[in-house]
Amino acid sequence: MIGYVLEVAQAALALVLAPGLVGLVRWMKARLQNRRGAPAWQPYRELGKLFRKEVVVSSNASWLFRAAPFVVFASTVAVTFLVPILAVPLPFDGVGDLLVVVYLLLLGTFFLSLAGLDPGSPFGGMGASREMTVAALAEPTVALAIFALALSAGSTNLGQIVARTMTAPGAALSPGHLLAFAALFIVTLAETGRLPIDNPATHLELTMIHEAMILEYSGRYLALIEWAAAVKLLIFFSLLGNLFVPWGVSMALTPGTLVVAVASLLAKFVVLAGAVAVLETRIAKLRLFRVPELLSASFVLALLAVTSSFLLR
Amino acid sequence: MRLFSKIFQVGLATEPLPPGGADVVRLLHEVDARVRRLFGRAVAVRQVDAGSCNGCELEITGLTSPVYDSERFGIHFVASPRHADMLLVTGPVTRNMAVPLLKTYEATPAPKLVVAVGDCARTCGVFQGSYAVAGSVDQIIPVDVFVDGCPPEPTDILRGILAAIGRR
Repeated sequence: MIGYVLEVAQAALALVLAPGLVGLVRWMKARLQNRRGAPAWQPYRELGKLFRKEVVVSSNASWLFRAAPFVVFASTVAVTFLVPILAVPLPFDGVGDLLVVVYLLLLGTFFLSLAGLDPGSPFGGMGASREMTVAALAEPTVALAIFALALSAGSTNLGQIVARTMTAPGAALSPGHLLAFAALFIVTLAETGRLPIDNPATHLELTMIHEAMILEYSGRYLALIEWAAAVKLLIFFSLLGNLFVPWGVSMALTPGTLVVAVASLLAKFVVLAGAVAVLETRIAKLRLFRVPELLSASFVLALLAVTSSFLLR
Repeated sequence: MRLFSKIFQVGLATEPLPPGGADVVRLLHEVDARVRRLFGRAVAVRQVDAGSCNGCELEITGLTSPVYDSERFGIHFVASPRHADMLLVTGPVTRNMAVPLLKTYEATPAPKLVVAVGDCARTCGVFQGSYAVAGSVDQIIPVDVFVDGCPPEPTDILRGILAAIGRR
């Protein structure tokens, strides 16, 4: 019973924390640009405002356009039940493993691309085609990078992967883990629309990927999509933080270990947000035709990770 | 590494907004209290160039720079009128831009505000009476705030936006 309560609490925590995480990255970037910047809780104000605004929908849009934000949001929220954020093992571990997580996220991407195409705006179509290009290259890498961990854990179940690394801490420094971490980090940047693949702060339609697909959305639909994007960032940060550095994740489900779990989760998020902010300050956006090269490099890293995990097993 | 040591040495470049500007910001009417509360700390701005000489655009670009940093007030620029709460319109409205400006206004979800920036937006400036000009901005769409100047300084534009959302 406590497991189910914890599942719901974990999903609720992910939903509540996600906008703040995006705000934190933005605030760190602002400070690195010598700006005062908006406070980290600014995305909450923006979401609140969007939920209370009118919705304007193009007269060319079909039902798909109205349904897509709910599919995107629901599929992302479903993933928060399956990813180890606070504790392992959880009752829903048996419901979905790594593959379910990867393809639930892809389902959201797929519907967002369809919604980009639906109103017939040229930028929406351009964004959708780019998003699909990036997703097709990034998706196998996510699966493969986590396969490297699954190989040593003997299971594709994310909860078991975490538990296994906890019991054998030396595995966290094995070449398989380190290579897989690098691969998954690059893919995180691609999947969550960050530099050098996509620019989250751009106003120029020609350089957009994620933003171009949602140009036609307004009001609560836009709020749902923005929120889902923030949750997606949190999911990838949790995967990076908890699969590769699992310490802090609660295994005993006692109040004391849960407090430690929340504190360590926040610490991991701050470190990862800092890494993304520094990286986005340091590097420029890649030319679109160079993006596949970067993503192939991350795929090769993931492949090497699987190979070394297999050979050193 | 040189980049980061420079960032560290410069510190915070943002300057506090000096008081003043009462003579350049014209608030045409008191904005609804509900709208002010809604946009008080988060306002998305879509900039529309309705035929400007780009002098005002140069100053508007300054708003996002580290010195003026509009983001500290929760003001950020967006790429689509559907994401916007406020239209920042510059220039005399040319005949070619009259319909696009109206369409942009209609594409913006309510509640929405319009801030017209620059002398041209209010009086058509030196382009007054030209065959290419359809009129000032308030002849095409309802305007909430005018910001005078040719071009207005970034601080004045910032004050105009803040006046529209009822801050300062």
